[in-house]
Amino acid sequence: MKSSLILATTVKYIIPLLLIFSFFLLLRGHNEPGGGFAGGLVAAAAYALYAIANGVEEAEKFLSIEPLKLFSFGLLTALISALLPLLAGKPFMTGVWLDNKIPVIGKLGTPIIFDVGVYLLVLGVSTKIIFSLAQEEE
Amino acid sequence: MLLVLPIISPFFFAIIMMLFWNNTKAHRIINLVSSAASIIFAVMLFSNVNNSGIQVFQVGSWQAPFGISLVADLLSAIMIVITSVIGFSTAVYSLATIDHEREKFGFYPLLQTLLMGINGAFLTGDIFNLYVWFEVMLISSFVLLALGGRKKQLEGAIKYVTLNLLSSALFLAGVGILYGLAGTLNMADLARKLPLIDNPEMLTLVSMLFLIAFGIKSAVFPLYFWLPASYHTPPAAVSAIFAGLLTKVGVYSLMRVFTLIFINDTDFTHTIILVIAGFTMLSGVLGAASQMDIRKILSFHIISQIGYMIMGLGLYSPLAIAGGIFYIIHHIIVKTNLFLVGGAISKIRGTYQLKKLGGLYKLYPILGLLFLIPALSLAGIPPLSGFWAKFTVVKAGLDLGEFTIVAVSLFVGLLTLFSMTKIWNEAFWKDAPSETIGNKFSGSNTQKAILFLPIVLLALITITIGFYMEPFFDIAQQASEQLLNPNLYIDAVLGVSNE
Repeated sequence: MKSSLILATTVKYIIPLLLIFSFFLLLRGHNEPGGGFAGGLVAAAAYALYAIANGVEEAEKFLSIEPLKLFSFGLLTALISALLPLLAGKPFMTGVWLDNKIPVIGKLGTPIIFDVGVYLLVLGVSTKIIFSLAQEEE
Repeated sequence: MLLVLPIISPFFFAIIMMLFWNNTKAHRIINLVSSAASIIFAVMLFSNVNNSGIQVFQVGSWQAPFGISLVADLLSAIMIVITSVIGFSTAVYSLATIDHEREKFGFYPLLQTLLMGINGAFLTGDIFNLYVWFEVMLISSFVLLALGGRKKQLEGAIKYVTLNLLSSALFLAGVGILYGLAGTLNMADLARKLPLIDNPEMLTLVSMLFLIAFGIKSAVFPLYFWLPASYHTPPAAVSAIFAGLLTKVGVYSLMRVFTLIFINDTDFTHTIILVIAGFTMLSGVLGAASQMDIRKILSFHIISQIGYMIMGLGLYSPLAIAGGIFYIIHHIIVKTNLFLVGGAISKIRGTYQLKKLGGLYKLYPILGLLFLIPALSLAGIPPLSGFWAKFTVVKAGLDLGEFTIVAVSLFVGLLTLFSMTKIWNEAFWKDAPSETIGNKFSGSNTQKAILFLPIVLLALITITIGFYMEPFFDIAQQASEQLLNPNLYIDAVLGVSNE
């Protein structure tokens, strides 16, 4: 696949921005618009851009972890976040929050971990789909 | 916590399998472990429900009716136990029958996800959550159906998915209207609020939406045509679990909503159900009579048997519903077993076509016996489980004076026997046609043992239910009493929220 120089150069600068924005969406998601799903999609968009600019194989290397692993870990993270309250002696899936606020991130709690799981899952599934479709075309 | 385990345990093991995606050997072992664990959890849950009544769990500490409640009454607990038994049998059976290609594409994680979906549907106490579990089930069953990618499979899968999506859409529409009417999605809360709503026509309309939606899922007349078009295409292990469990989730849902939520106009709704039951029985068995492929015959018999269960619901008396529940127990075991035997036959002969089969009794007399047990039970020959199931439903029908449906059901029983004799004659009794290609079981002795183990296990359960039916029937009767007394359910779910 022939790639354009303009795109390849722009992508270099855009990707960090997109990834940071995806983290931002992930972390603010619990109380405001955003969340793991939206964040994961934005991150997947970053990798999709990279794949368009540099080819799928390069993008797979850039992701450096198999999408399949990514979404398995995502599911596992979500499950763990649902099980953590049991350690605190509360029923399954109850939201448990730390009392103290952490600067920038805000309050930490199991719903955030759940969101991280969703983020990984969405990123994994979307990149898997995008890479497979792009490979088919090549 | 016990209520969550049947859902998260298969989920957890499915994730573990996904982490070791390329290691199919690990998949096989984890799959067995997961299925065995499910049996333990299911039995624990069942004994808990049996001893201390309806169990309720409010997920995430959000109290009903605001959060999602998981509820296990006896009916749910029974279904969970059977699901785990069937899941285990299929897990063992697939070790010998599923090819490496399918294993590589994640057959085992999908199987566990499917079981998670089924368990979720049985346990949820929230009507929208039920929809979600249906989707989980639908997605994993779609992939299981299409996995392998042969033309015939895809053809069946497309029909299956299209109709099930249609059913989901109707279901969702029904849920939407219901929410508009009552402002709640919790089933117990719906049951409490709907009688107060002054709009009975609307309620009946919604109940018909649900009847159609669940009717498609459970393959009742005239919405069953997707079933014989798709169930004979995947490998035997998949067919078996589909045949045993998937349509019964539809029947379970019908039983749940038409004993808990839509009981405002039983004269109308349950009469319709009864009529549907009659036609379902008849059309299923007539369809089977015209088929010459073992799996197609068995598929049509699923439909006619669904009729009996729905008949129990339509008659709507304590004995009838107990009969319906007993029928479900008996049917799941027997039908799965028949599909497993069918798979074994094709493993030996390489075909499902009755015309090409024959002489199996000479070669494998034990297989013949193992076929006869579920087959005769399906036809309702005493003293096997099917006899008691049919007997109860028929007796309930006679008690209520519904002679037409009783006559239909007895006639259908006769035709079922005819169908089973047909398979027996063609596959086992007659001489093998000369052009038979395969006539030896290809595979090691261990594989043979693995193939027969679940068949023997399920046959033993059938015999046990037959000769020792009283405890099983007792439980079915208690479950039916719970169903016909919705206040128990409502109090169990909403009573917790007042604490």
